[in-house]
Amino acid sequence: MYNEHSDAHFQMRIDKGEHIEAKDYMPENYRKHLIRQISQHANSEVIGMQPEGNWITRAPSLRAKQILLAKIQDEGGHGLYLYCAAETLGVSRVELIENLHEGKAKYSNIFNYPALNWADIGAIGWLVDGAAIVNQVSLQRTSYGPYSRAMVRICKEESFHQRQGYEIMAKMMKGTKDQQAMAQDAMNRWWWPALMMFGPHDTDSPHSSDAVKWKIKRETNDELRQKFIDKTIPQAELIGLKVPDGKIKLNEKTGHYTIGEINWEEFYRVIAGHGPCNKQRMEHHIKFHEEGAWVRKAAVAHKQKHLKKELQTV
Amino acid sequence: MTTQEAIYKYALRLGDNSLILGHRLSELCSRGPILEEDLALTNISLDMIGRTQALLKYAAEIEGKGKTEDDLAYRRPENNYYNNLITEQPNGDFAHTITRQLFISVFEYLFYSQLEKSKDETLSAIAKKTVKEIKYHMQHATDWTIRLGDGTEESHKRMQKAVNDLWMYTGELFEMDEVDTLLFREGISADLIPIKAQWQNDIKIILIEATLTLPEDSFMQTGSKQGIHTENLGHILAEMQYLQRAYPDAKW
Amino acid sequence: MSLDSQFDLWEVFIQSKSGQPYVHAGSIHACDNKMAMQNARDTYTRRGEGTSIWVMPSKYIVASNPDDNEMLFDPANDKVYRHPTFYVMPEGAKNI
Ligand SMILES: [Fe+2]
Ligand SMILES: [Fe+2]
Repeated sequence: MYNEHSDAHFQMRIDKGEHIEAKDYMPENYRKHLIRQISQHANSEVIGMQPEGNWITRAPSLRAKQILLAKIQDEGGHGLYLYCAAETLGVSRVELIENLHEGKAKYSNIFNYPALNWADIGAIGWLVDGAAIVNQVSLQRTSYGPYSRAMVRICKEESFHQRQGYEIMAKMMKGTKDQQAMAQDAMNRWWWPALMMFGPHDTDSPHSSDAVKWKIKRETNDELRQKFIDKTIPQAELIGLKVPDGKIKLNEKTGHYTIGEINWEEFYRVIAGHGPCNKQRMEHHIKFHEEGAWVRKAAVAHKQKHLKKELQTV
Repeated sequence: MTTQEAIYKYALRLGDNSLILGHRLSELCSRGPILEEDLALTNISLDMIGRTQALLKYAAEIEGKGKTEDDLAYRRPENNYYNNLITEQPNGDFAHTITRQLFISVFEYLFYSQLEKSKDETLSAIAKKTVKEIKYHMQHATDWTIRLGDGTEESHKRMQKAVNDLWMYTGELFEMDEVDTLLFREGISADLIPIKAQWQNDIKIILIEATLTLPEDSFMQTGSKQGIHTENLGHILAEMQYLQRAYPDAKW
Repeated sequence: MSLDSQFDLWEVFIQSKSGQPYVHAGSIHACDNKMAMQNARDTYTRRGEGTSIWVMPSKYIVASNPDDNEMLFDPANDKVYRHPTFYVMPEGAKNI
């Protein structure tokens, strides 16, 4: 009989397309990779609430206010699902948040850019959620069960995010000169960072090969980026937005667009902490986490006092 | 004042209340004490902004000047706003947020339960939908009040301070002016006198369970029904109305 | 050891329509029963997904051990007589 606790058996299950569940045997590196990826993903959802949150109180109509609020709430929910998925691997949310605050766990670079005008809300929904969806749709088939199930739920909820963003952009491009200028300005600032969301080129990506072998990642960075580029450029053209890249060309033979060179120096600089908002985003998260401490403590104290009354289960 | 004018003002007031409180709660997005609570507060805020839409739309219809709910929300100056002063008070710490929510949602539950019986069909329909939402808001605020009041020494102190701070804004909830009286006579508005007694009783029970004490000070602020506000409202509107004011020709 | 608490982990089961089974929707954190119910509602029924909710603390879920899978589940594989298609019906038999 083969050893069910061997890496070979694990890889055989992966190759057969089976899902791995929390109690199943998994190589330590698989677990580590997942914790890193899922927590980074969760952190991104939660930190991502901030740039859009910057415009909730200034949303220009009651409809826009509701949409934006519901959208940001969804992102909070996504963070919640993902933290819970990570917890199945044996880390607690307390640790996950500590890792974020201590800089041991990352979040997506894109949220270190500021949301400066109302069209940024359009650009974030259309480009940032648009890029995220390409990645997330692919992750629905990821090999770890709890992660995959969270992604299925997330993708269902994401379906309105990109549309609401594109709607804002389309509306503004049909609006006054000022509105068109805002929309183009937002496009200029978000286009390249959105492309960077897929990560470095496959040839430079340190984690890709294991992740692909284990089917955590189902498609490579460059494959996913290309999908995003191909679907987004025609959408920009349709509403009259200029893509801020003079080198874009449609390859008639392959049907794919080729683009200019991504500024990887900027990418690594922002990852290293020198983006416009790195410090601000982290300080915000830490501040409200700390301000909530007395509330959490009080809830626990209250429960302990009333254990008997509620026939408490916890 | 004609009945129509009174209904306009009445709908406007109710809409302003949910707009300003909904706005305050929306400020808390990404600032909750735990992620789950962030989602909960957003849900309450969304209920309120949804209610605002219905109420201001109705007000605009009654006014008959071709305005939309957004015109009413985004183009009025602060002295034409009629929300209760308590709704515009800052979120403060979580104790203040919860106490404000408790005072208002217990009031709104009693109030909208009355308004369900309004002879005005639109108001009655809005009230029916609202009561369901508020029941939940009230539950949420009550549970937190009890947890925090009867939690740690610090949380108890913070809650008692919040109760004391916000108490002076509660008297205004029950003021009847000529709009209320006129519409009450026609079976359209709710009678605030019995609601006051019920509210005091309900709040007392909750505060006792939360080991908190009812403030003795009977001084009450007033003014919102005449459009006189605390300094807070001007700042809320400056932010909320910014785009509509800066780009008056733009559609959003 | 951290002094912070993010409350306990709970599992949420949602019934989408009356008569349907309760299906695991996901997890939440909560401090007590009431909070668990409210958080489950606020997290998992925002799009009208449910008519009824069960919540339970995750630590009370007993899960089977994957090492026992063969022992637990393989023995059911050869009990074909538990399935209706195992039986031969005379030609032309109806409503059975
Ligand atoms: Fe998301
Ligand atoms: Fe999203």
